[in-house]
Amino acid sequence: MNGAEITQVFDYLLMVMLLAISIAVIRLQNLFAVVVLTGAYSLIAAAWFVSLSAADVAITEAAVGAGISTVLLLAAMLLTSREAKPTSAFRHWSALVVMTAAGAAVFYALGDLPVYGSADTPANTGVGMDYITRTPEEINIPNVVTAVLASYRGFDTMGEVFVVFAAGVGVALLLNLSGRGRREEGGE
Amino acid sequence: MTFSAFVDILVALILTIAMALMLTRLFLGPTLYDRVLAVNAFGTKIVLFLAVFSLAVGRGDGLDIALLYALINFVATIAILKFFSYRSLEVALHDSEPRTARKDAEGR
Repeated sequence: MNGAEITQVFDYLLMVMLLAISIAVIRLQNLFAVVVLTGAYSLIAAAWFVSLSAADVAITEAAVGAGISTVLLLAAMLLTSREAKPTSAFRHWSALVVMTAAGAAVFYALGDLPVYGSADTPANTGVGMDYITRTPEEINIPNVVTAVLASYRGFDTMGEVFVVFAAGVGVALLLNLSGRGRREEGGE
Repeated sequence: MTFSAFVDILVALILTIAMALMLTRLFLGPTLYDRVLAVNAFGTKIVLFLAVFSLAVGRGDGLDIALLYALINFVATIAILKFFSYRSLEVALHDSEPRTARKDAEGR
């Protein structure tokens, strides 16, 4: 058994856990359990990204998914009730139809994807190879993805940072994360 | 396959089983504190899994991410518990004076 086969075994184990968590998130009524389970989901997803050797995506997923969004979901939960109302299984039948169609389309498209880890994919032969050969000379750092994000597409990343910052400020104001308004209402 | 690589993979598999057990406690856990404890232990299992996995596969970058996870896991646990005791993140942790006592002091 070589390295690629070992990582694939762990990929499948992690994916089974992701599936179990997704089903539990749908089925559970206790909202706190759902918030904690989404945090655990992000941790497993990030471990999976490490196994797919996407270390930078794993760091982002851990920081955003397990760190910030757990806190944001908790803050949102404090504004509502702690329990979800039970809904009947066939109430959202239109969503089920849309999801089944989308899933069938994805499975249809799977046949055209290149083999896992194949060297002659479009990503590995076209502009990707160009970045890989040029990064050591031009940027001189070992991680090609960081070079692409922070240098070759620096303005694009800066725009993303602006958007994420604006969204974060908006959410923080909506959720009243500081709790100051509530305290003044209660005190006077 | 060398013996140490075999042990690495065996330990990673055992850690995966431990993660599954923590998940069942997360699914079933009757009280809030069961779930907080389970998710904290689950994060620790993920950190250990990443360290063993990066050893088994021979990639060093897993160790850096394992360190980052340990930090995030700690911060997330503190945040969850703080939210449930104070309903806000702006309270300093050393401000452990009970809320009712402070209200009495203001009333006087």
